[in-house]
Amino acid sequence: MTFLWQWLGDPANWVGPDGIWVRIGEHLVYSAITLVLAAALAIPLGLWVGHTGKARRLVVNVANGARALPTLGLLFLAVLVAGPLLPGDLAFAVPAILVLVILAIPPILAGAYAGVEAVDRQAVDAARGMGMVGHQVLLNVELPCALPLMLGGLRSAALQVIATATLAASVSLGGLGRFLIDGQAYRDYGQMAGGAVLVAALAMVVDVVFVGFQRLVVSPGLTSSVVTRRGLREHLSTN
Amino acid sequence: MKKISVVLAVVIATLGLASCSSTNPLDSSPSASAGGTAVVVGSANFPESELLAQIYAQALRAKGVTVTTKLNIGSRETYVPALKSGEINLIPEYTGAFAKYLNPDADTGTTEAALAAVKAALPANLTVLDPAPAQDNDSITVTKQTAETYGLTTIEDLVPHASQMVLGGPPEWKTRSYGVPGLKKTYGLQFKSFKALDTAGPLTVQALKNGQVQAANLFTTDPAITANGFVTLTDTKGFFGSQNVVPVVGTEVATTQVSDTLNAVSAKLDTSTLAGLVSQVVTDKKDADQVAQQWLQDVGLS
Amino acid sequence: MTWALNHVEDIGGLLASHAVLAAVPLLIGLLLAIPVGWLAHQQHWLRTPLVVGTGLLYTIPSLAMFIVMPLVLGTGILDPLNVVVALSIYTVALLVRTVADGLDAVPAQALDAATAMGIGTPRRFFTVELPLAVPVIAAGLRVAAVSNVSIVSVAALLGIPQLGSLFTDGFQRNFIDPIVVGIIACLILALVFDSLIGLFSRWLTPWLRPGSAT
Repeated sequence: MTFLWQWLGDPANWVGPDGIWVRIGEHLVYSAITLVLAAALAIPLGLWVGHTGKARRLVVNVANGARALPTLGLLFLAVLVAGPLLPGDLAFAVPAILVLVILAIPPILAGAYAGVEAVDRQAVDAARGMGMVGHQVLLNVELPCALPLMLGGLRSAALQVIATATLAASVSLGGLGRFLIDGQAYRDYGQMAGGAVLVAALAMVVDVVFVGFQRLVVSPGLTSSVVTRRGLREHLSTN
Repeated sequence: MKKISVVLAVVIATLGLASCSSTNPLDSSPSASAGGTAVVVGSANFPESELLAQIYAQALRAKGVTVTTKLNIGSRETYVPALKSGEINLIPEYTGAFAKYLNPDADTGTTEAALAAVKAALPANLTVLDPAPAQDNDSITVTKQTAETYGLTTIEDLVPHASQMVLGGPPEWKTRSYGVPGLKKTYGLQFKSFKALDTAGPLTVQALKNGQVQAANLFTTDPAITANGFVTLTDTKGFFGSQNVVPVVGTEVATTQVSDTLNAVSAKLDTSTLAGLVSQVVTDKKDADQVAQQWLQDVGLS
Repeated sequence: MTWALNHVEDIGGLLASHAVLAAVPLLIGLLLAIPVGWLAHQQHWLRTPLVVGTGLLYTIPSLAMFIVMPLVLGTGILDPLNVVVALSIYTVALLVRTVADGLDAVPAQALDAATAMGIGTPRRFFTVELPLAVPVIAAGLRVAAVSNVSIVSVAALLGIPQLGSLFTDGFQRNFIDPIVVGIIACLILALVFDSLIGLFSRWLTPWLRPGSAT
């Protein structure tokens, strides 16, 4: 494994327009765009499903089915179909992001509706008793109470997206996947193993950031984390 | 609750069986049939290479040789180690590019020179057979519009404009002597940047079409060149050299029968024939194995 | 979809290889995850390192895993064993936490009852704890199965034939039909795995079926 440390230890590999720092930046940008888009779609839908209980079966089944979509096939399909319709650099970037968004939606969606469903019914009743109406209950009670599970969903989506964003390099985009694809093409094991280690490290750092963020924003009234974590597990496993 | 124990026993037994059975897809070791040589044909990751591998495989099968295929392995950097280690023992190659892979300073100007360079640098356990007249060369290709704007007909014409252009090619071009570094050395070409695409496939064609790259590596037999009105720039300095299709065989399977069969195939294969066959696979979406079989029948080799 | 009809045999062959390449690691991974998960459940101080450590393995990109395997195993670069070992690692990564969670969820009363009946620890594990943990483990196994089916297809970038070969073939020829067929076949395979594990889990847990006397 010395080739790994040689590659990571060479300062020349870290700088420049195709250096490690730039690739990490690109990787984070792809992942962030993906998560924002996926969250913008999945969180409102998940809250609505959790709040109203409508279309639950349909949404749950479609989301679980989406987990089974093979990312590589989806990416190739998206590039061939959508690529020719898009101008310039968007031709490969949009399909790649699209595929990552599809990958990120199921866990975020599950976190959102499971979060709302797991809210203590007594808290909701109390809110209604205080005269709150539907959207007020959702925004002031259900949303904050659902936050731990919602963030949990977002966190597992982030891990998946960071690990999978490497595939974007197989359709000419940047990010840490570049080191894997290029390393394979040149048979440069140091570069390939280095790329893999960097992806895992990035995933770890992002995970730690998420944990910190979770501690920061979740209401202290909900921090009996044993309860919430078990709630998520039960919800995810029964679906 | 004995069920669990039963399940565990069955799982272990299944795994045990899977690792012994000789017909399962996990068993990759080529088993020699009685009295014959088992040939494992590999290919690179682009349609023409797979087509040529199918042609070799079926020509050999027609002569009663036991053949298996392992197609779409990857770039030269991936399949040559597999060839050296004997995981595959036959692959279609291109004289010039293979010579440059083995020896970056090789002279590949003519078919003979390129072949001699390959023979000089080839490991002892590998043999090259006769090259086919068919050539499929790497190229620098631009769109018609780019060619007209800058008045480009040769690669040399690019020199004053390259600094504003992005070059597209397979990832390995970034470091290969027959890629970016070689272009700089031979032609003094310095592009604004290099964009790693695919092996002269749909990404490269799309990137060229929509202006993500201004110049790109396509294969000269690629039907997409005429289909899109692309202009292939003349290689005045013979940088890409001679690229005749040539079978590379593991010496242990290169019997007279195998060599004669493949040499007979190569003798029938010229550039326009090859381009026609590739077009059937890529444009008409026919299966490579069927195109191979039909052609072998047509030329009386099956 | 005339292409699919003309290639039923090829697709079937690729589907079979795909199924084997996804299922064998699932079984190996499960067999490995049970003892590791048990250890995480049993030894409190080992839980975090084991669960987090194995979980991290899942973040290693599959392409890198497949390519680096030959260096670790000493196999050839075209050996399907590389894929099997890599996927077994991913399966372990997903299942250790599940097994530990499943064992945690076994009611203490059930264990006490078994102990009171004089059942020794090893036998109690196989006859009481593991069966009661089946629903949770099966749920995790379903996730792993679906994930394996998707990851196997990446091995097509290395020339190992399975449904992913349809993706690379279609992509190289700018031909959508094989890609769509491959995606649908992957979905069907994932569905079959999911249903099989579901049925199996029900068969192993008769006490959870509606109408059962116990």
